[in-house]
Amino acid sequence: MPGRTLFDKIWDTHVVADLGEGWALLHIDRHLLHDLSGGRALNDIARRGLPVRNPELAFATPDHAVSSAPGRTAASFKPGEALHNELQRRSAETGITFFDLGQDGQGIVHVMGPELGIVLPGVTLICGDSHTCTNGGLGALAFGVGSSELTHALATQTLRQRRPKRMRVRFEGACGPGVGPKDLILHLIGKLGANAGTGYAVEYAGSAVRALSIEGRLTLCNLSIELGAKMGLIAPDDTTYEYLAGRRYAPKGAAFDRAVEAWRGLPTDPDAVFDREERVDAAAVAPTVTWGTSPEHAIAVDGIIPDPADAADPERRAAGLAALRYMGLEPGRPIAGTPIDWVFNGSCTNSRLSDLRDAAGVVRGRRVAEGVTAWVVPGSERVRRDAEAEGLDRVFRDAGFAWREAGCSMCVAANGERVPPGARSVSTSNRNFVGRQGPGARTHLASPMMAAAAAVTGTITDVRRL
Amino acid sequence: MDSFTVLAGVAAPLMRANIDTDTIIRIERMTGTTPEQMAPWAFESLRFQADGAEDPGFVLNQAPFREAPILLAGDNFGCGSSREGAVWALKYSGMRCVIAPSFGDIFYGSCFQNGLLPVVLPAAQVERLAEQCAGGNARVTVDLRQQVVVSPHGERMPFAIEAIRREALLEGLDDIGLTLKQDEAIAAFQARDRVARPWVWQPGQ
Repeated sequence: MPGRTLFDKIWDTHVVADLGEGWALLHIDRHLLHDLSGGRALNDIARRGLPVRNPELAFATPDHAVSSAPGRTAASFKPGEALHNELQRRSAETGITFFDLGQDGQGIVHVMGPELGIVLPGVTLICGDSHTCTNGGLGALAFGVGSSELTHALATQTLRQRRPKRMRVRFEGACGPGVGPKDLILHLIGKLGANAGTGYAVEYAGSAVRALSIEGRLTLCNLSIELGAKMGLIAPDDTTYEYLAGRRYAPKGAAFDRAVEAWRGLPTDPDAVFDREERVDAAAVAPTVTWGTSPEHAIAVDGIIPDPADAADPERRAAGLAALRYMGLEPGRPIAGTPIDWVFNGSCTNSRLSDLRDAAGVVRGRRVAEGVTAWVVPGSERVRRDAEAEGLDRVFRDAGFAWREAGCSMCVAANGERVPPGARSVSTSNRNFVGRQGPGARTHLASPMMAAAAAVTGTITDVRRL
Repeated sequence: MDSFTVLAGVAAPLMRANIDTDTIIRIERMTGTTPEQMAPWAFESLRFQADGAEDPGFVLNQAPFREAPILLAGDNFGCGSSREGAVWALKYSGMRCVIAPSFGDIFYGSCFQNGLLPVVLPAAQVERLAEQCAGGNARVTVDLRQQVVVSPHGERMPFAIEAIRREALLEGLDDIGLTLKQDEAIAAFQARDRVARPWVWQPGQ
């Protein structure tokens, strides 16, 4: 038998029924539910008169439409209050575990899931959120679904899925100073394009990936969807098992040992074949930042804003020219030195403890530049508490940052928290789409270190120069 | 679910790469609204100017295209967020078909859950359709039974679609209903899996 990839092994283990033509009825091991889509799906299933098939495998928390203001309650953002209450009520009715505001467990679903050990290697996991691919960093097959599929999965604990093609991206070598997983993945998307991963499950491998912490791996997998792939994953290894040991919902004792033994069989076999292979020299990747309105508009921070008129493809040319107009930028100029108004440190991409440490390392002993509004929004209640225990909140507050409560906040702008129209923000989030951070907001995606560098200088700045 | 067989009508060209689902429907429009109520907000950032007035330069604000049931788009249409509201906003604006060289994976799948047909054609063919439709009076025919798009000039453009999706759309089948019929297979899988992977089934133990 030919070798199998990590993806194949997880997929094959979950086939309930073969539907033909590469389609399968696939078992789903875990659901994460959030306020924006979770309550709607639970209402839908109730309306259909169907029970939630396995509520013990589902976990819910409000994140999208909650305020991140210090001292917030569910009522702080009025339009989100009903969504919060609906998710809470429906979770209680159906027996789904719900982590409320202020409780350990509340936070951005893709921060909460890993930190509580809900996400495990080899499981299938879904959520009504495209960044569910984040959880592939632990070796899970995790993907985002729309409302209809969410309802389907709650009712049947399965989904009808077509087997995707398989791509492997190897990041080889060591990252240079000031360069991390966010730069690696933005660089890759800039190189291959925002639809390169469409129809693929992408496995990230190579020495630079092995060297990443779990939090770094989650960041890398998070942007798979911005490459076009709804699934991104990394083989589990000792780093993974050490991370999971002792977490609240991870297996314990002999069960953990037995699980690890099984997980050790998951990594891709040496003779497995992928449909597409890519290789990136990690040492050659610079701190990376976006200039436009697609994550593929990514360049090295010491690079020049490209001229979309040079694009061969007319649709990309049209999109690039519209992006430059929207962003208020001119081609041919260095991106570094562009004045900024806002900095947002947060989101399911970069709001974990290691991200906050990275940013704090740059901020310590410096001040937020005049005219810049800078926010830090921890990804979860746990991250907030841990960061405060080691004094990171003081570092940020002393420098002039706002230190806030856990949630999606300004990444998704579904909670009243927005970058003002026309204002330019360096954000550690994942999408620079038109209006993503608020109507007219101009977003430059970057790493936590680069966002911190922008905050203290007031311009897009190469963090290696600080 | 609504079935889809043959559709003939005006096709609106929106030929730009990477139109994301945030552009199709802003997230705020999805809170406190029913799917039907999302229609007026489709393509909000393109449709309206900063002062709230319609942008006359946007194709869907132009008379022949306002009610277009077919949209022609660039690469990677519907990329980004998984929000099914993007499909709802199109559907309740009267659209039944989007033709593009490629689609975001999640958006593509959600179309089939709502009776919309996403058609993948090579970029050169979509561009030809866009040129022929630019005046607004031309009609495009999309025939799911024969798996072909017929351009205003009569060019037949065959497209591929998986049989399982084609059948479901032609018949207007509901996925949940189909899967519930497999309940025994699901129960058998779960019983086996509880033995093989007990750690999956008892979170925290």
